[in-house]
Amino acid sequence: MVDLISARRLPLADVPPLAATALSMAPLLPQARFVLRARPAAQAAIGQALGVALPTLVCRANVAGNRAALWLGPDEWLVLLLLPDGGAETLPAAFAVAAEGAPYSLVDISHRQSGLSLSGPQAATVLNTGCALDLDLAAFPVGMCTRTLLGKADITLWRTSETTFHIEAWRSFLPYVWQFLQEAAREFLV
Amino acid sequence: MLIIDCPYCGKRPEIEFSYGGEAHIARPLDPAALNDEEWAAFLYARTNPKGLHAERWRHARGCGRFFNAVRDTVSDFFVTTYKTGEARPDATKKASA
Repeated sequence: MVDLISARRLPLADVPPLAATALSMAPLLPQARFVLRARPAAQAAIGQALGVALPTLVCRANVAGNRAALWLGPDEWLVLLLLPDGGAETLPAAFAVAAEGAPYSLVDISHRQSGLSLSGPQAATVLNTGCALDLDLAAFPVGMCTRTLLGKADITLWRTSETTFHIEAWRSFLPYVWQFLQEAAREFLV
Repeated sequence: MLIIDCPYCGKRPEIEFSYGGEAHIARPLDPAALNDEEWAAFLYARTNPKGLHAERWRHARGCGRFFNAVRDTVSDFFVTTYKTGEARPDATKKASA
């Protein structure tokens, strides 16, 4: 799968990154992504094989090195390989060995969705034009992640620093998400 | 916007949720043993109360899980929410408070 990841055409290949003091927005590098569903019996072993403990706290992400595990549901995680580190093709086999027969499901969604990074002091304000969540630091602290809605698109929102958000969306929705945020950011770009 | 308290994720905006009909309707264990009236009653007959109603909701745009809620059908007020599989809580006190 990895050779396809590096060869494929990204949904935001043609857009110029947005860069201003109030806000900057850029497509993310190609990443390998998996959705993992596992019961408690397999969770610790799979976390060890991944190198990142699966977060059990609601809506929190764990990061170690280039790998991240994002809580999506009580038994569901989004596994991100943040840089093309070559581990994507060995991951499924490593999980199978680690789980020792305990049932789990691992789906490669690298081609289904892609991401963009939104940062700057106005990032939360711009997101809130289409996202109804409370993005104040007290309610949505650094390290929090969740699936939610931006306008009409399903997104996975992850706050990686006080002013930086990692946004994932299905690839056919990404141009919409990008244009939505670009439109919302207009008042801060003068 | 209406705020719904997902038992897994906490308070979230209404647009993340979808409605799933009345809760606590168990599928008959042996459908073949039922006559048409009983089967139709299972499929279609609902209590449709004016007042407190236990119903299924799904946090479709969040954690994706189904849960149950007690809602007042008159005021649209969510009295309480609880996980699927748990018994319907006695919600009358909260409603009057």
